[in-house]
Amino acid sequence: MSSDQVMRDMMANLPVPEFESTPWASSPPLSEATVAIVTSAGLHRADQERFEGRGDTSYRMLDRGDRELILGHWSSNFDRAAYVSDHNVVYPIDRLEELAADGTIGAVAPRHVAFAGNQPDTVSEVRLDTGPAAAAEFRADGVDVAILTPV
Amino acid sequence: MCVLAHVLEDAGIATVVLASMRPVAKRMNVPRVLYCEFPLGRPLGMPDNAQFQHGVLAAAFDLLNAPSGPVLVDYPEVVEAVETPLACALPPRYDPDIAPSIDEAQGLRAAYDRAVARRGATEVGRAVDADGVAAALGDLERVAAGEHWKEVYGPRLDTIAIAHDIRAYYQEAALELAGGPPPGARQAEAWFYEETEAGKTLAAARDALTEQEAPSGITFYMQPVGR
Repeated sequence: MSSDQVMRDMMANLPVPEFESTPWASSPPLSEATVAIVTSAGLHRADQERFEGRGDTSYRMLDRGDRELILGHWSSNFDRAAYVSDHNVVYPIDRLEELAADGTIGAVAPRHVAFAGNQPDTVSEVRLDTGPAAAAEFRADGVDVAILTPV
Repeated sequence: MCVLAHVLEDAGIATVVLASMRPVAKRMNVPRVLYCEFPLGRPLGMPDNAQFQHGVLAAAFDLLNAPSGPVLVDYPEVVEAVETPLACALPPRYDPDIAPSIDEAQGLRAAYDRAVARRGATEVGRAVDADGVAAALGDLERVAAGEHWKEVYGPRLDTIAIAHDIRAYYQEAALELAGGPPPGARQAEAWFYEETEAGKTLAAARDALTEQEAPSGITFYMQPVGR
């Protein structure tokens, strides 16, 4: 069995936070929408504080022009080499720029967000504190659509 | 990720999750999910392949046209990991007076430096920087040889960070030495753990730590699950 399948099988039955309903935000047409990336890869600039080990619920705001970000997620259980070869495989910021240039999307958001994926099972701080804080930053920037990329 | 989708939607921002764990996304009632069966660590599927990445993004954006949710769509293309080791030469033994792993790490330094100069960034630096990799291997050699970890490290031991830095140093050097297109997922990992002296040292140290009944938090992330 592949390592990825082992991980998928391990995660399949983990307890998850329960959400009884599904919220549903509408967005303007894609060609008018401001699009942001949210990643759980723990990306950060070299001058930003690193993510702590398991259970760091904080986030880092990444400026649109930032590149060569460090992959701060702590797990050894995913392929980390692909990101070193091409950040877009985790953080498709150059692809968004291309889509904005050809008019497919309205605009690339001025800032993007990174959390670190290793979280306690309840995820209550992300749910109640840091998640809404990141959402408020997006709203201030006029973000309409977010693409979420886990590792 | 799935929690953040709920939080963002509650704040009025439409989301699409590129999910890597299908059952988790399904159980969490996430509004819009594109399940991508790609190697973990590659949510856009293929590095250095803009066309493939645009295909994934187009499928993700397409979910915004759904009138209601939850919506969970499987991306039709599957990408499998490749678990055969990367073809990358290792430096010849140079200094017989030092441990093979330390000799090897020092021999990879020029390639590592070229890689960092090319990219302008490095993943090494959680516990040690590139200058500290040899000493970090020396400490692991002592543990592997039977010294108790508290004698080597004192009361605190962050093997997650140490193992990460050694592996990142090796993988960045290896990608530089191998050249060509990015390897398949897990190929750099397989090369590190199966072919390098450092990978073997890390495995031996983990076995020794397990025998010493070190807390599982110390040993768990020294190697990926399944190794």
